[in-house]
Amino acid sequence: MLFKPIHQSYGDFSIERDPQRCIGCQVCLRQCSYGVHQYNDRLCELTQDESRCVGCHRCEALCPTGALTIRRTPSDFRENALWEPTYIKNIYKQAATGGVLLTGMGNPAPYPIYWDRMLLDASQVTNPSIDPLREPMELKTFLGCRPDALEVEYDGGVPRLKTRFTPQLELDYPLLFSAMSYGSINLNVHKGLARAAEACGILYNTGEGGLHPSLYTYGKNTIVQVASGRFGVHADYLRAGAAVEIKIGQGAKPGIGGHLPGEKIGREISLTRMIPEGSDAISPAPHHDIYSIEDLRQLIYALKEATDYEKPVFVKIAAVHNSAAIASGMVRAGADVICLDGFRGGTGAAPTMIRNNVGIPVELALASVDDRLRQEGIRNQASIVVAGGIRCSADVVKAIALGADAVYIGTAALIAVGCTLCQRCYTGKCPWGIATNDPYLAKRVHPDIAAEKLTNLVKAWGHEIQEMLGGMGINALESLRGNRDKLRAVGLHPAEMEVLGIKPAGG
Amino acid sequence: MSAIQQRKRKRVVPIEEACIGCRLCEVACVTEHSRSKDPVRAFKEENPRPRPRNVLEERGHESFSLSCRHCTEPHCVDACIAGAMVRDSETGRVIHHPEKCVGCWSCVMNCPFGAIHMDRERSVIYKCDLCPERERPACVDACPNRALILIEVEE
Repeated sequence: MLFKPIHQSYGDFSIERDPQRCIGCQVCLRQCSYGVHQYNDRLCELTQDESRCVGCHRCEALCPTGALTIRRTPSDFRENALWEPTYIKNIYKQAATGGVLLTGMGNPAPYPIYWDRMLLDASQVTNPSIDPLREPMELKTFLGCRPDALEVEYDGGVPRLKTRFTPQLELDYPLLFSAMSYGSINLNVHKGLARAAEACGILYNTGEGGLHPSLYTYGKNTIVQVASGRFGVHADYLRAGAAVEIKIGQGAKPGIGGHLPGEKIGREISLTRMIPEGSDAISPAPHHDIYSIEDLRQLIYALKEATDYEKPVFVKIAAVHNSAAIASGMVRAGADVICLDGFRGGTGAAPTMIRNNVGIPVELALASVDDRLRQEGIRNQASIVVAGGIRCSADVVKAIALGADAVYIGTAALIAVGCTLCQRCYTGKCPWGIATNDPYLAKRVHPDIAAEKLTNLVKAWGHEIQEMLGGMGINALESLRGNRDKLRAVGLHPAEMEVLGIKPAGG
Repeated sequence: MSAIQQRKRKRVVPIEEACIGCRLCEVACVTEHSRSKDPVRAFKEENPRPRPRNVLEERGHESFSLSCRHCTEPHCVDACIAGAMVRDSETGRVIHHPEKCVGCWSCVMNCPFGAIHMDRERSVIYKCDLCPERERPACVDACPNRALILIEVEE
């Protein structure tokens, strides 16, 4: 196109505007933050620059007459199984800019999805299934370190628990909202998450961007995160939450730190993160005080000390090749909850090559970590929370059967408030008002609506989990934890089944 | 206070913090006040095209949809020289009768909110009528972000 470099001429999406339906109201023009739609005053017509379209579907969703359809542009390139258009376009981009390819959200590449290769059991004849609408069905979940044994003492013949428990978190559903920082997403989304967490009796996670003063009131439903940048970490922050999470790694970008560009650091974010306005918020790849399990132990106990041993400490790592050995070290270092973030986990910004090629599926990491901790006899010392690519309640049930205590949902939560996975979070122009701090765009997430949608999602999944449990003849989620006999594999290699610890279907 | 006066009266309240400036409220208003009640036909076929009785006020990222406040003591009614603007004491709506309107624009000048608009071609004014045929006004139903809410106030 005229005045455009070659790499910008090959758009990814095309916009079909039905001229018979378009009423020229310009809602699309106002909704698009990428400047795709333009209005021709003289002809009273809308036109478009499709090369700018990111495929977020905001205009399509709000068009009052259904005049717009966003489609993937069919490839103009000759078919080539090796050189798919993505690779060709990426090379054009990099040849033009010399830069690292950036992207957002989780790994979209066609790697195996093990959730879809595992099937759940159900009761037939020999064991009765349970109807959760008629009988109690317990989803209550506790997270934290469990003692090796319980001691009971008798006080005048009345038994009383003598063992003192370390702090536990009580959740009404086996779900938590993943760490998404204030800055990467805006305050309206955080408000929605916090309110939904409170309404559902679960927790949300601040991410590494600190906690906005207006959200301290949701403290009992908040996990405050301490990451390598230490943004927004201070004594009141640590004491504000129900738990503290040390973020070592993130599933979307294992091995590297976060980067929130200075343009996104406005006044409120600057105050919350405790960094100057407009300065880049760069989280180092490692924690500069953690180079070993012993160092991790020091930080865990520093945080426990700072919170009077009243709050469980989570440690979150990206699922990588030797997660099992690392997890063992984390438990021995004193983590009350360990979080495994799989390679499908989302992000506000990551180099494309890292997101698409680093890390392992969380299903495999979970199975191996659960196995390892059992073998070492320390599984009771920490709960396991998995994250990264949990798409539906069946994934949750499968994760729990594989050995998880609870799951983090991040991408699913964002989809609930409108995200269409266009993967352009890093631009700060999110037309859905989620991954943006532009006040004009951020208003598009209404905290009340967001809270309602998130609450609905959690409750809907809760109902479905109850139905699946009932079908298996189980009346409490606790009875499914690590119960891999309830899973069977379809289409998996024996080596994969061995890692997952499950039998083939029919076997 | 009489039973009539105690009735709850409907008000559309714009919420500035939630308004995203999309102008769907205007599209909805045009559609509701069209003959066809269909947005495509209202915009493309009907002549004259109905005009939106609500207007998006916008400055920077701040915006809200402004329409007639249906005041308890409306200046427009006091100012109307033709008896075209009346307040329905039962519903609390300020109603305009275009067949009586002489296009003097007195109401336009007296409205403190700028919520009354001039149709210069037909020499009449037009303003929000709270969509008498609908349970909720069209703008409220069309707003994607709850920036227009319907409240009922007791007077």
